[in-house]
Amino acid sequence: MAANTMTAKGALVGGLWTEVPVLRLILGMCPTLAVTAAVKPALTMGLSVLFVLICSNIVVSLMRDLLKPHLRILMFTLTIATFVTIADLFLRAFTPQMSEVLGPYVPLIIVNCIIIARAESCASKNGIFVSAVDAISMGIGFTIVLCILASIRELLATGTIFDIPIMWKSFVPWAAMRLPVGAFITLGLMLGFVNLLTAKKS
Amino acid sequence: MDKFYILLMAFISIVVVNNLVFTKFLGICPYLGVSGRIDMAFGMGMAVTFVITLAGSLTWLIDHMVLVPLHLEITRYVCYILVIAGAVQLVEMYLRKFFPPLYESFGIFLPLITTNCAILGLCLFLNVWGIDNFAEAAVLSFGAGIGFTLAICIMAGIREQLNFSDVPECLRGAPITLITAGLLTLAFMGFAGMIK
Repeated sequence: MAANTMTAKGALVGGLWTEVPVLRLILGMCPTLAVTAAVKPALTMGLSVLFVLICSNIVVSLMRDLLKPHLRILMFTLTIATFVTIADLFLRAFTPQMSEVLGPYVPLIIVNCIIIARAESCASKNGIFVSAVDAISMGIGFTIVLCILASIRELLATGTIFDIPIMWKSFVPWAAMRLPVGAFITLGLMLGFVNLLTAKKS
Repeated sequence: MDKFYILLMAFISIVVVNNLVFTKFLGICPYLGVSGRIDMAFGMGMAVTFVITLAGSLTWLIDHMVLVPLHLEITRYVCYILVIAGAVQLVEMYLRKFFPPLYESFGIFLPLITTNCAILGLCLFLNVWGIDNFAEAAVLSFGAGIGFTLAICIMAGIREQLNFSDVPECLRGAPITLITAGLLTLAFMGFAGMIK
């Protein structure tokens, strides 16, 4: 990201592989750890982040020439807060149960570093098309990582995925995976695995 | 006496039993980012404690005095963010004037306190938990800051030692920090039964 302008193709590859938010940039850890006890909330969270990311990236990209340097973080957070309120009300109206499970982590999307980082490093410097592509690929990358982490945890903690039993009968659920411990250690090992993969390639 | 007891229990509960970092996963980014050296970790903890106390008490007041009576709950998130951003700005000006070296060493992490989820998270929890008196809200906010400082200092202490240990190549840096944090949460779970 040395150059100020990016191409749409670069943005696409960046979000999906070379700069996957959680694994490569170590951003957006709080929701990643908190909502991945099961796949369903993880997917809902990923899609909400995707929605907020796309909307805020487009708006920030539209108003990038008006931004004053010292006020930009405030403008970013206010823009994001508006869209998060929309997403929160939407979830509460259509999937009240899921909204309860996610609890305060939906409003916490406001302070998700991924969204602010994208507004800062991409949308405030690029045109609307590139920003939108970047938001989509980053959001999808985030959702995929969330779902992988959640599948591992849900599978080991309850033997199910999407509440469908998958493991064999004598499988003993590993309750620790539901707890914070499971989240931290699984994510740590995932990061280590990705490091291993990239180290071999280079 | 009873009242004092309740406040004390609330304080202990938020510092160790319901520690925001270990049980609610809040404030993980600075927790991983600034916990390399113990002096910086402590400075960060103090800055967060100040902002969280201010923001927690102020948002509780705003919520109960303005937003709920006027039925403006929908603007909650926007209001909270404004209050937090203002408090961070205060800390930033204060540090730049009186502790320039500390200010330099924080760098980008200082304005990023605005986007520290522990702070917004606590402001939201004050409403979810339905705290209905101001003293409790203030004590809880202060305790949350102390809890964060405790967590980040323990982590910094461990990481200073980790520098000298033989960690597998692919786990260096963030991965081993996360795994250590996992083990720390396990330790902190031991406090869970302490207060009902």
